[in-house]
Order: sequence, then C-alpha cells, then structure tokens
Amino acid sequence: MARIESKGEKATRQGFSDALLELGEENPNVVVLGGDVSGSVKVDAFAKAYPDRFFSVGVAEADMMGIAAGLALTGKIPIASAYGEFAAGRPFDQIRQSLAYSEIPVKICASHCGITVGPDGATHQSLEDIALMRVLPHMTVISPCDYLETKRAVKASLSIMKGPVYIRFFRDNTPMFTDQSTPFTIGRANTLIDGEDVAIVAVGLQVWEAVLAAEVLAGEGISARVINMHTIKPLDKDTLLKAAMETGAIVTAEDHQIHGGLGSAVAEHLAQVHPTVQEFVAVKDTFGESGKGPELMKKYGIAKDDIVNAARRAVSRKKGGRRS
Amino acid sequence: MGGRNHQQFSVSDLQEMARQIRRDIIKMLMISQSGHSGGPLGLADIFSSLYFKILRYDASNPTWPERDFFFLSAGHLAPVWYAALARAGFFPLNEMSTLRKLNTRLHGHPAPWYTHGLPGIEIASGALGQGMSIAAGAALGLRMDKRPNRVVVLHGDGELDEGQVWEGMMTAGHYALDNLTAIVDRNFCQIDNRTDKVMELEPLADKWRAFRWNVIECDGNDVGEFLQAMKDAQGFKGKPSVVIAKTFMGKGVSFMEDDYRWHGVPPSIEQGKQALSELSPTRFGDFIEFEWEKRKAEVVK
Repeated sequence: MARIESKGEKATRQGFSDALLELGEENPNVVVLGGDVSGSVKVDAFAKAYPDRFFSVGVAEADMMGIAAGLALTGKIPIASAYGEFAAGRPFDQIRQSLAYSEIPVKICASHCGITVGPDGATHQSLEDIALMRVLPHMTVISPCDYLETKRAVKASLSIMKGPVYIRFFRDNTPMFTDQSTPFTIGRANTLIDGEDVAIVAVGLQVWEAVLAAEVLAGEGISARVINMHTIKPLDKDTLLKAAMETGAIVTAEDHQIHGGLGSAVAEHLAQVHPTVQEFVAVKDTFGESGKGPELMKKYGIAKDDIVNAARRAVSRKKGGRRS
Repeated sequence: MGGRNHQQFSVSDLQEMARQIRRDIIKMLMISQSGHSGGPLGLADIFSSLYFKILRYDASNPTWPERDFFFLSAGHLAPVWYAALARAGFFPLNEMSTLRKLNTRLHGHPAPWYTHGLPGIEIASGALGQGMSIAAGAALGLRMDKRPNRVVVLHGDGELDEGQVWEGMMTAGHYALDNLTAIVDRNFCQIDNRTDKVMELEPLADKWRAFRWNVIECDGNDVGEFLQAMKDAQGFKGKPSVVIAKTFMGKGVSFMEDDYRWHGVPPSIEQGKQALSELSPTRFGDFIEFEWEKRKAEVVK
C-alpha cells in the first residue's frame, strides 16, 4: 500500500462549497438553504451563481428543516446548511419527524463540527451530532476526512433517495491526503494502511491523525491498520469484523463525545458479533472551551499522540487477555 | 374547483357530509377507545368543505402532480382527516374501524403514504408546529416551477404556542407565498384548559398581519362562510392568507361542545351512543353498523 501523504491543506467546508457549484450546474433541482451563516459554511458561492435556487431562511434552523421537507415533496433536492450544533441539535425534533420518520431525501450539511472549531468555544463545538443523527432510523451519517472526500460525499449523497443524509465537516484548513483514485462509496470503509496488531478506525480529522499515529507505531514495531470509516451509518460491518478478527484490537478516533459516536457504533456492533478489545479516542463526556483547533485536540485527547497511546493500550490489553 | 373525480356538492350536501364525518369520528373512537374527540368534531364542516369543494385531488391517483398539497400540522386531529379521506375515496370506508390498532394504516398521528401506505397523506405530523415550515417549503418549490397547485396547512390554535410556527409564518411572509393558505382552528381550547389560560394568543389576527399575512376571520362551523373565506384567501395576491376559523370543540355533540376536557379523550360506548343519537344518520351511510344498532332496527321493524 502506498504511503499516505498530505498534498497541502484546504478546508473540508470548501469541499462542500465546490461540490455545490458542480451540483448546481449538473442538476437543476438542487436548491440550497442558508441560515444567515452563508459565508462561513460557504454556500455563498452557490447563492451567487444560482440566486434563484438559494433561499435564506434567517437564523431559524427548525424552520429550515421543514422548508427543506416541503421543497423535497415538490421534487426539489434540498441541501440544508448550518453549523453542526444548529444543524443537528437544535432542529432534532424536526429532523426526526419531518425528515427521518417521513423518509424525506434532504441533505443536511453541517460545517464547523467538533471541538476543532476552536475559539468560538463550547456553545459552538458540536460534539453530540453524530450520536443524535445516527440514532434516527432511515438516516445516513457521513463524516469525510478531507477536502476532496467532503466534496465527493456531498455529491454522492444525491444518490440516496430514501431518508435524509447528515454530512459533517469542519472549519479549519486540514491536510489533503485523498485523491480521485482513493475509493469513495457511501457505506464502504476505506482501509488506508494495512496492519495486523491493531486497527485504528477513524472519522473526519482523526483519519489523518491516525495515519500519523500509525507511522509512530510502526517505529515501535506495532503494525497498525488505519480504516477511514467515513460512513458511520450504515456502518461497514464487513470491514469492521474483518479488522476485529485479524487484529484483535480496535482503537476508534473521532472529534466527538465518547458516548454515542463512532466508538459506540463500533462497540455496539462488535459486542454482538465478535467482542474485541477497544480503546476510545474521543472527548471524554465534557464540554469544550475556547482555543485553537490543534491546541484543543491535544488538551481534549483526540490528537495523534492520544491515538498512539490508545493503540499501545489496546495491544497490551489484547496480550493480557480477558482480565484487562 | 374541486377534485378531479368528486361531486360538486351544494352547501347543504357539505353540511350533510360534515354530519356523516362526525358520525364516522364517533364510531371510529368508540371502536378504538383511544384518540381525540373534541378537535376533530369541531373541524367536520371544514374538512367536508376542503375535500368536497376546495381541494383539487384525484383519490384514485393520490400523487397526481397537479394536486393541491394539504398538510395537517396538528396531527392529533387525524380522525377527522381519516374520515374525510375515506369519504373522498382515498381508501375503503371500513378501514376506519382500524384506527390506532396494530398493523393499521390509520396511526394515532398521521404517517405518509410512501412509508405507511395511507393515500392522501404527504408527510408525518404529530409533534406540533412543523406544518407551517413544510407548507412554506412546498409553496416555494411549486412557485419556482410556476406550478398552479395550491398549498393549504391547518393548525390548531393551541399549536400556535410552538415557536416554529412563527418562524415558518415569517418565512412565508418574507417570500410573499400567495399560493399558501393557512387555516387556524380557533376553538379557544387546548389540552390543559382554555387557550387564554394556558397561553394567551390575542390579538391573534394582528400577530398574523404583523408577519405579513392577509387575515380573514370566519365562522368555521358555517360551511357557507368558510367557503367564502377560502375563496377570498386563495384569490388574494401578494401575501399568504390565513383563515382564522372560529369553531366549537366537540361541535354537534351537546355534552362535548366547547369543553376543553374533550380534547384528547374518546367517548365511552354509552357516551358514543348518546352522541350518535344527536347526529342523525345521512344518505351517505355509516361505515359500520354496530350490533346494538341492528337489534334496535329489528325492534322498530
């Protein structure tokens, strides 16, 4: 497997923006809803290019989800945009009834997710959105790892006609390490690095951290598999089971609360089919604070070094057998 | 006006159909022994008018692209909607006896045709306050494509306590969605008490006007007045319109009328019998004849 390298940095939200411009050109039914954060979630380019297909709904995310549902009933393909906290948390009841229960194909595109949104502080750090969204029947949940994968995820989400799709991405510029040759299929995880001793299953920004961690671990003689589980729902159960059976030790890594996110999804499944030692790299049941993204990643334990330590623990627990 | 395949009813026909819908509601609730009585009974005249005069639809082809979009935002009012849909031919009359029972398509709160199979229902409702946004979105989508379909959304007055309704009203006003008509079932009753005790809504008409809506007030238990109000509303250009329809909760059943305690409970069998005795049978016929009704008919013979 080729070495994974970063080819510069770009924001995942820019991938969303660029996908919208292409979708606007390709599909006249695509409409975009903005909630007074058009510049920061980067729907402004679409609004400028296709003013007749962009609707400002004000700072009213609950309304936005209903409007999206109504537009979808008349044949439009609505893309609702907001910050993660206000895309998933605030309008949860609207998403549950008007989109998920009603199986309405709306794309909820959530920028500024995770603790890495940084200086805005805890109110704006969406750390519960994966948990909220993945518990809903008929919902698809995607957390892409870089600029290009975000762009491809947004475009691919149009193929999902049954129920809503939640796509989670970030504000900051982050390494670009996938390219057009990297596979991307919704619901199918990507194994970026092969390994036998431990499998690091990551989403979003933690995929790159996992790649870096695997390099460190390799130096210690620990062979770490790195899996980009970009689709959290539906979970790629085959890839997960294979990793659990072949490595016997799992580390999950995410910019999200430890409860209810990727780690929980992985544990819930493996507990049923192949109970496996698992370490969780996630925010540990606490709210965040102001600071820079990389600083917060370190302080809250979701950076490369935390993944390295978690992998060491997982490998040692595996060797120690059931008593650990 | 009217659906693609239903009769052109006169006002007295609509009144008779409203009485039949009331009988249907009582019988459905007597069978289910669960569900809401008061609101649905109060809305029978409005639903008769909607489904036998105002709305354009094709019951044999519920997804007819030229249909009007009707949204019942206050989903707990489902019994009156189910009765109207059945009477309009969307599904067999006898299916009304399955209300709220296991494996029914007539859920306690409405679920859409493409997930739960009941024709005529566009989207789920039940958690209150969501219909206005959906209706505004549909009106926006239809207007984008210059389609002539009209959108109607019905809210309970107590439901207006929900903040999302006002977000949606603001959006509909902002985009001047004149293909959208809202109906408020103004019966002054909600679960806990009368609306002015739970949360004062007045001055209600002025609030809608302040949100850039054209406001029409009428007696929602008077078919003629309601038809005229809807005609004015749907003909109004440049703003969305709301018909604030004053109704009596429990209308037609003496011991339920204007009593908020009938919001969320069904009649007992004895109360149901009493209610039916106050709502004389119509030429449309009931969807079910109970055993005691048959016995009574025998005695009369």
